[in-house]
Amino acid sequence: MFAYIVRRLALMLVTLFGISVIIFVLLRVVPGNIVDILFDAAGFVDPTDKANLEKELGLNLPIYQQYLNWIGGLLHGDLGYSYVSEKPALQEILPRIPITARLAALALLFSASIGIPLGVLSAVHQGSRLDYTLRVVSLSGLSLPSFWLGLLILMASVSMFGSMPIYNPNPKTWTEAFAIYAVPAMAVGFRSAALTMRITRSSMLEILRQDYIRTARAKGASEASVNYRHALKNAILPVITVIGIEAAFLIGGLIVTETVFNIPGVARFLVEALRWRDYPIVQNLVMLIAVVVVVANFTVDMLYAAIDPRIRYGD
Amino acid sequence: MRSVHALAAAALLLLPAYDLASAGEPKQGGILRVYHRDSPGSASIHEGATYSINIPFMPVFNNLVIFDQHIAQNSQDTIRPELAESWAWSSDNKKLTFKLRQGVKWHDGKPFTSADVKCTFDMLMGKSQQKFRQNPRKSWYDQVSDVTVNGDYEASFELKRPQPALISLLASGYTPVYPCHVSPAEMRTKPIGTGPFKFVEFKANESIKLTKNPDYFKKGLPHLDGIEFTIIPNRSTAILGFVSGKFDMTFPTEVSIPLLKEVKSQAPNAVCVVEPINVSTNIIVNSSSPPFDNIDIRRALALALDRKAFVQILFEGQADIGGTMLPAPGGLWAMPKEMLESIPGYGPDINANREEARKLMQKAGYGPDKRLAVKVSTRNIPVYRDPAVILIDQIKSIYIDAELDVVDTAQWFPKVARKDYTLGLNLTGNAVDDPDQSFYENYSCGSERNYTNYCNKEIEKLFDQQSAETDVAKRKKLVWEIDKKLQEDVARPIIFHARQGSCWQPYVKGITIMVNSSYNGYRYEDVWMDK
Repeated sequence: MFAYIVRRLALMLVTLFGISVIIFVLLRVVPGNIVDILFDAAGFVDPTDKANLEKELGLNLPIYQQYLNWIGGLLHGDLGYSYVSEKPALQEILPRIPITARLAALALLFSASIGIPLGVLSAVHQGSRLDYTLRVVSLSGLSLPSFWLGLLILMASVSMFGSMPIYNPNPKTWTEAFAIYAVPAMAVGFRSAALTMRITRSSMLEILRQDYIRTARAKGASEASVNYRHALKNAILPVITVIGIEAAFLIGGLIVTETVFNIPGVARFLVEALRWRDYPIVQNLVMLIAVVVVVANFTVDMLYAAIDPRIRYGD
Repeated sequence: MRSVHALAAAALLLLPAYDLASAGEPKQGGILRVYHRDSPGSASIHEGATYSINIPFMPVFNNLVIFDQHIAQNSQDTIRPELAESWAWSSDNKKLTFKLRQGVKWHDGKPFTSADVKCTFDMLMGKSQQKFRQNPRKSWYDQVSDVTVNGDYEASFELKRPQPALISLLASGYTPVYPCHVSPAEMRTKPIGTGPFKFVEFKANESIKLTKNPDYFKKGLPHLDGIEFTIIPNRSTAILGFVSGKFDMTFPTEVSIPLLKEVKSQAPNAVCVVEPINVSTNIIVNSSSPPFDNIDIRRALALALDRKAFVQILFEGQADIGGTMLPAPGGLWAMPKEMLESIPGYGPDINANREEARKLMQKAGYGPDKRLAVKVSTRNIPVYRDPAVILIDQIKSIYIDAELDVVDTAQWFPKVARKDYTLGLNLTGNAVDDPDQSFYENYSCGSERNYTNYCNKEIEKLFDQQSAETDVAKRKKLVWEIDKKLQEDVARPIIFHARQGSCWQPYVKGITIMVNSSYNGYRYEDVWMDK
């Protein structure tokens, strides 16, 4: 087990190195840089001013030199300066992380707490009216884009309550504080809740047909005990896998949700930074996301072993 | 018809005045909450070329002089003193002297003096040690040979030749006075001004906060305790925020005509106005390479335009047709209607115009069996893309098959500067409704923003002649002549001049939206809230 963990950690480092190279090169392949964008706003390009600004920002250096400067800085905890705000990148990124983390955690919580019980219900009552209704709900969850759903929620909120739950850094009441995170979390988590529900349902259906379930019933175990102690416990592995993958994909949904609900988190910040070709922000943020995804995958693998005693990672 | 225009102009100008007069005694306090359309690149007005910077940061500064903030039409008659107490031209009109206000303090407590004026304009002219990262309006001061000071409270602009328009350029929201003792880098992140509001913070993509300057040199102002701009790039969310009362005001001149209907239906009490923004949508033609090096094809292109269709489709009829200068009643320098209609392509008979265009195309060797294939390049933004699509449709009628070539925003101006296009659709904004700003910037030989490389030495002489002319009536006639010639030469065919909406809650008082510039009306020192 220990050797496996060490191997996985080493692989994580190699993966992160690969990602850093890909991000760095791709950013430079995309046409235009911050200097082009700044001059774009001015409506013309002054070649001398452009050259001076590129020199000031170090964009005139060879690409490998720029990469080494970035990685060297990262290893020393120096993330560089935002080209746009001219503030340290860390100072720009750090305050936004808890906002997105809270939103992502709530979205995953929503996804699991809604998706798993409804998936179980749907499987247990297969073919019933309830099952069909839940399947329609889950299908709509998979097909409704989160930005559309978010806008719909905002419009309904304005129409029904005369107010809307967009971000406020200083909420006055706990209900407002809850609403500014919970509503967007529901908008973004609806899709993964639907997916979780479908996976739970199909996994449960497969397990419920197993011989040991019939044996449990024959032994007089209650329905709740059969469904939750015997079936769900064994059906949960693929669900955990899906939740792990969804955690990685959540950032895509968060970008649009943060935009629609005007939440100043890292996801929206990333898009803005990309628009400005603010390399230090984009590089460091994408690396951060890569670290989160790699760690989430690793955690899921470790969870397998914790949940299912049959799984043991060999040395 | 002229009297109708005059009446409309008078109504246009009186409306904001009525709003102010009917508002009663101003109340003190309150934070004005406005949403902002995007996160500006910096806080330095001098280094920007978008009103995304002017709107939140103009309240931090003062100019030497400023256009009256409650007269919607900017003109030389509406220029008021600000950091200058008075100004005077020398008898030869080559020296403009300002007597400066005493006792004015920068927000950090240091005194404002004539040295700050000299520093600011030396930097703008590129003559000082300290440099701006970008200096997009350097050409505004091409005729200024030097800025001199006489003691702490007098500054003079020495000119190479008379340029009456200089005072208008100095009155723009784009021309604040910067403090000598603060570096350009600091001004980009923590601006220090003398204005009615002090800078508090600018969180990129989040908010910009300003607070009342209690030491403002105009006693009793500002009325508001502060202004908060919440940055909301998503237009739907922003409008919903305004409708639900989270904001007191929309981002000025940013509400499109269809959205305005939405706002009015959901917030019927909101005060909304639609005004020209002095931004023209035009065609840029690369006349240095085939096939548009042929003047006949350029003329055919201009003749094919059905400008009314553009206005109807994109603005439900609420936009203006004109030449380079902003059309009346908002614009000061617009050609008379009869003169405009005498220009090929501006006449009312579109079919006749297109018939003539087809003849020109046939003369150039094109026809129904040999159609000209081109690309129409434009920025990948709806305000550019949408008219480009209509343009492509319209020029089909003169044997031109065009394909839309959308260009990423970051690449648009570099591409245009490289002349890497055949036909393009562009937007041109004017900060000051004055021919000097428009003609030199967009049509003079060698100007960086003369994207089409149009160069006519004869017309350039006329540019200088009108620029030096001190008699307004004579200058106007020269301007009309130039504008007509520019359209006839197909220098940069103007399609239309856009109008946009602005809305605010009924309790917000003292807002005036300018009708001939969207860059100059945001000092907000006497805006107040009746609640």
